[in-house]
Amino acid sequence: MADSDLADPFVIAGVTLTSRLLLGTGGASSMTVIAETIDASGTALCTVSMRRHGVAAQGSLLDVLDARGVRILPNTAGCRTAREAVLTAELAREALATAWVKLEVVADEFTLLPDPIELLDAAEQLVARGFVVLPYTNDDPILARRLQQAGCAAVMPLGAPIGTGLGLTNPHNIGLIVAEATVPVILDAGIGTASDAALAMELGCDAVLLASAVTRAQDPTLMATAMRHAVLAGRAARLAGRIPKRVHAQASSPTHGMAVL
Amino acid sequence: MNVTINGRPREVAAGITLQVLVAGEVGGGRGGAAALDGDVVPRSQWPETTLRDGSVVEIVTAVQGG
Repeated sequence: MADSDLADPFVIAGVTLTSRLLLGTGGASSMTVIAETIDASGTALCTVSMRRHGVAAQGSLLDVLDARGVRILPNTAGCRTAREAVLTAELAREALATAWVKLEVVADEFTLLPDPIELLDAAEQLVARGFVVLPYTNDDPILARRLQQAGCAAVMPLGAPIGTGLGLTNPHNIGLIVAEATVPVILDAGIGTASDAALAMELGCDAVLLASAVTRAQDPTLMATAMRHAVLAGRAARLAGRIPKRVHAQASSPTHGMAVL
Repeated sequence: MNVTINGRPREVAAGITLQVLVAGEVGGGRGGAAALDGDVVPRSQWPETTLRDGSVVEIVTAVQGG
């Protein structure tokens, strides 16, 4: 059964995805793990990277993804400049016959934080070249706004730096980004465990993209299952409308009619 | 003539095409793309794209990544 259905479809650039959980393949120890985590997660989209031929024996990766029927989203991981990112996106479009790209332009290898100046420059160039641009961005509402204005098909703010598993370090900003977004907001990076994914969805994100939290878990397939449930639960909770937080207690049992004992 | 392929110096036949070069490197499988001297060359143009002495070629494929 699809995790995103007709009553609550998840749509990017006119394409409906059947799950609000997007899965990165980085860090998985084998093709078997990738296949099992895709199945357990229910995802409909997986990311890949572009690297020099021969640096890794990855011949069957595309076959595994094709067999699962998932959409492939190439990224520009490792790029430091707009020029590098645009060229990498062009290579990916040529190699994989998709105009979708997860745009990553990071500033340094220690934080892996997006370089906002290069990121926006790259986004503008790629939109002009006809790409469907999904930028990995800082948790900065103004930068997210500028990326939307540039024509990006989604914005993907980080919860925390890539691979840290710190969760959502600035949920207030994520909420601000969601509040004014006119394109899907996808929480990307920083997820450590299921409650982080649920929180992102409760804050109103349209989807969650994660890799390390699953691929580097002790039991990746079980964590993929946990993430699937977390995203579903978080989405349902968002739609259901949570109760307001209160300072003092409010009895849930009747306050009248107590027996006098 | 001498060219650079994925950062490594290589000696290849004069006038070799990108099509022949990539086929020899990758084997013609899907998921590959090539750049010549910093410009992406569409696969359809590989047969008529010839390398020159000093050409720099990058050949990439999809690998695991977040």
